[in-house]
Amino acid sequence: MDGPTFRGDASEPRSPGPGQPAAGEVGPVSGGIEPGGRPPPAQLDARVAVQRGEFRLEADLHVGPGQVLVVLGPNGAGKSTLLRTLAGLLALTDGRIEAGTDVWDDPAGGIFVPAGERDCGLVFQDYRLFPHLSVRDNVAFPIRARGARRREARHDAQPWLDRLGLDELAGRKPAQLSGGQAQRVALARALASKPRLLLLDEPLAALDAKTRLEVRTDLRRHLTTFDGPSLVVTHDALEALVLADRVLVLEGGRVVQEGPPATVARRPATEYVARLVGLNLYTGSLGDRTTHRIDLDSGGTLYAAGHDPADGAVILPLAGARMLVAVTPTAISLFPQEPDHGSPRNSWSGEITGLELLTDRVRVAVEGYPSAMVDVTPAAVADLDLHPGQQVWLTAKATEVTAYPDPGGTPLVI
Amino acid sequence: MRRQLSTVAAVAAAAALALAGCGSSSSGSGAAATPSGATSAAPSGEINVFAAASLTEAFGTIGKQFEAAHPGTTVTFNFGPSSGLATQITQGAPADVFASASATNMDQVVAAKAADTPTTFVKNVMAIAVPPDNPANVTSINDLAKSSVKVAVCQPQVPCGKVAQQVFDNAGITVKPVTQEVDVKATLSKVELGEVDAGMVYVTDVRAAGDKVKGVPIPADVNASTSYPIATLTASKNPALAQAFVDYVLSPDGAAVLTGAGFQSP
Amino acid sequence: MTSTLPPAPSAARRASARSRRAVEAGNRAPWPLAVPAVIAVAFLLLPLMGLLLRAPWGNLLNVLVQADAAQALRLSLECSILATLASVVLGVPLAWVLARTTFRGQNLLRALVTLPLVLPPVVGGVALLLVLGRRGILGQYLDQWFGITLPFTTAGVVVAETFVAIPFLIITVEGALRSADTGLEEAAATLGSRPFATFRRVTLPLITPSLVAGGVLCWARALGEFGATITFAGNLPGVTQTMPLAVYVALEHDPDAAIALSLVLLAVSVAVLALLRDRWLRSMATH
Repeated sequence: MDGPTFRGDASEPRSPGPGQPAAGEVGPVSGGIEPGGRPPPAQLDARVAVQRGEFRLEADLHVGPGQVLVVLGPNGAGKSTLLRTLAGLLALTDGRIEAGTDVWDDPAGGIFVPAGERDCGLVFQDYRLFPHLSVRDNVAFPIRARGARRREARHDAQPWLDRLGLDELAGRKPAQLSGGQAQRVALARALASKPRLLLLDEPLAALDAKTRLEVRTDLRRHLTTFDGPSLVVTHDALEALVLADRVLVLEGGRVVQEGPPATVARRPATEYVARLVGLNLYTGSLGDRTTHRIDLDSGGTLYAAGHDPADGAVILPLAGARMLVAVTPTAISLFPQEPDHGSPRNSWSGEITGLELLTDRVRVAVEGYPSAMVDVTPAAVADLDLHPGQQVWLTAKATEVTAYPDPGGTPLVI
Repeated sequence: MRRQLSTVAAVAAAAALALAGCGSSSSGSGAAATPSGATSAAPSGEINVFAAASLTEAFGTIGKQFEAAHPGTTVTFNFGPSSGLATQITQGAPADVFASASATNMDQVVAAKAADTPTTFVKNVMAIAVPPDNPANVTSINDLAKSSVKVAVCQPQVPCGKVAQQVFDNAGITVKPVTQEVDVKATLSKVELGEVDAGMVYVTDVRAAGDKVKGVPIPADVNASTSYPIATLTASKNPALAQAFVDYVLSPDGAAVLTGAGFQSP
Repeated sequence: MTSTLPPAPSAARRASARSRRAVEAGNRAPWPLAVPAVIAVAFLLLPLMGLLLRAPWGNLLNVLVQADAAQALRLSLECSILATLASVVLGVPLAWVLARTTFRGQNLLRALVTLPLVLPPVVGGVALLLVLGRRGILGQYLDQWFGITLPFTTAGVVVAETFVAIPFLIITVEGALRSADTGLEEAAATLGSRPFATFRRVTLPLITPSLVAGGVLCWARALGEFGATITFAGNLPGVTQTMPLAVYVALEHDPDAAIALSLVLLAVSVAVLALLRDRWLRSMATH
């Protein structure tokens, strides 16, 4: 099984991987979240342009009710800036933010609705629970902010405590909570403010690896049952792929790719995404249309299959067209000496520059034309006495090499 | 020059004796005068004179005259409530001369063996000080008993407070002051600032304040007086100069300044 | 391979063992620090011990009753507590404005706030007289229109004490607000809380330790105030003669009474500070 398991289109049934819950467990919890007197769930339409000193962020996004959009990107890409403009903590320089029929920000029209008046729930990366209030009072806070009396607010907060399994912790103070518990309280509190839009800023970043696993699944469940649009910001590809209905990749203030998680993972538009999902990605131009030979910019050539192995889409660009070529590290085989001529169309040599121990394999970094990451078993490393500086040969079957047109500046939307 | 000085000293000493002999009030008999002692050396150096607040202006002038008459000498004054000064002296404050506004405070110092035999040199009577525009229209001592009149007095423990109470008793009135100030000058300043309608001070204070206050005289039959003794202090570092100063105060020159300020002979 | 064992004289071993213990114990102060520290302790403690040693213990109650200590103490406590409350009501909003807003002249305003700290209290009293006295810039209208005069009243004492003590509160609270986590206030905003509600429900609870510390400092300063009180409010037992004034007055004619009154004031202050000590020290450390 290569790569992470993830959800494809929203309509596709989930393929459970190891450790993931069975398909039947996904779905609304206890009847879902009732709107309860507030306007019907609306979609989010945002054309965001923000100038902060030298940095400029430009992004268009649309999130339908009940949908989860994950904004994925490296640090400094502008994810937090984007989140803050949607939340109302930062004003747009240009553009427009609309939630349903409400305009939240329109610099040209002179409209700006501040954070307190947008029906927008924001779960901060550091949770920001009020340290002097108990869990129950934290969750009741937004209800009180609307004018409810203390007892009434506490009563209205109870369903949220139940839904997120916080009833036992209701009397505790934030300092007495674990990371995962604190995250649930932050989520409950944001949900208790009955928002039309839910925003989460790196929701799992503050958790340790083990807790992250558990919380991720629960979070997916809660997001699914929220009937408004949700937007999650993260730099973790796995998180994005698990939580998202659609992924939006942000780099340097620009959207470089948008689409269902499966497609983003299989056909990354940039090196960053490729690195994140653990793919070798190369840019090049189509050299020969018949043999599907792609001449790589970094040197060397790769032969690709005529169609995408996973979904069968046929790729027939013109010769000379700019292409992206993706090969998973597990698809490459490594030999200590030049192998005999065999079926793999792709064969080249290189020098080992590093070895990285992953959970169940070793990722070998090989420099050559092209350079590549190759996954091998630890036994192989021992058997072949692989070490940096060693000359090796790599082969890859053309059927394992995916080539697709390079979006080249415009976001790749599939 | 020196002979002139010694003559003056001798005359002053004689006058002091005479004055002391005539004085009816409590303290001290003749001053222990050693007129010839002054001929030995011109007094020089510095002395600290602790004096009652009511003596501020008069002693200020006397001090300057004394320094002019005895070049090379410095006289530093510490003015304040006599009771407070007495306490400071008995606690060891460095003073050479003490001039008190009441015999009681001087007795305190004498009893502590901190002062030589004192001489009473002036007497002072009280007067009412009012702001120049006399906002409460105070014309007599009896007006002070009105509740609408804000009156400042000295604290009951200091001489001017005691004397003020005597005046009230003499006049047969009860006065509720709004404040009991630490010394007579503080009382006076409250009047000058216009914060109170009347203050019980000495006639010398009214005169010294010039046109900052107006004086309302107190009839002699209800008025009370206090006698001012002066003495050199046993712990003085410069007994010769201290004595010279006391002699000057008791001399006609000193007396002239004091009378001009409104003090009465004891 | 041969190894030469270093000679191990027992003295050296003992010395190193001693310093190791000292390092482990963690409380060995180096001489240049220990000596001045001891002197500082002596400097602070000896005058207080002097009070205790020279007090008229045998006659204490009599002396206090005669000096009407109860009245002066009650007045002192009333006025200092009222002054602290006034300082909180006026000082916290000002501290918020200084910490959370920016405007031209803000630094000047901050310097002005600290002025009563450096001004001699008597000067403060004179200034108050010139403004709020019967002939004062504002005081004259208070007197003419409303018949209110502040000098020689207990209210005047509260005004004088507030004037000298409020900077302590403002500075402490401003410091706390500056270093407070504004992220929580941001979170409150996203949850729909209006600004003043956020101030009441989030900001204030967060700075409560500093507020208490500032309040205690403020109260202590107000309790000990002398110069501004006697100059502005005057001196009248039961009305304006607070404990410090009573001590000063007593000192002139009855040193025993002065010592006794001082002891009472000392005891009250120590009691209050001891009660609040833990919270005070903790919040002073974190701000």
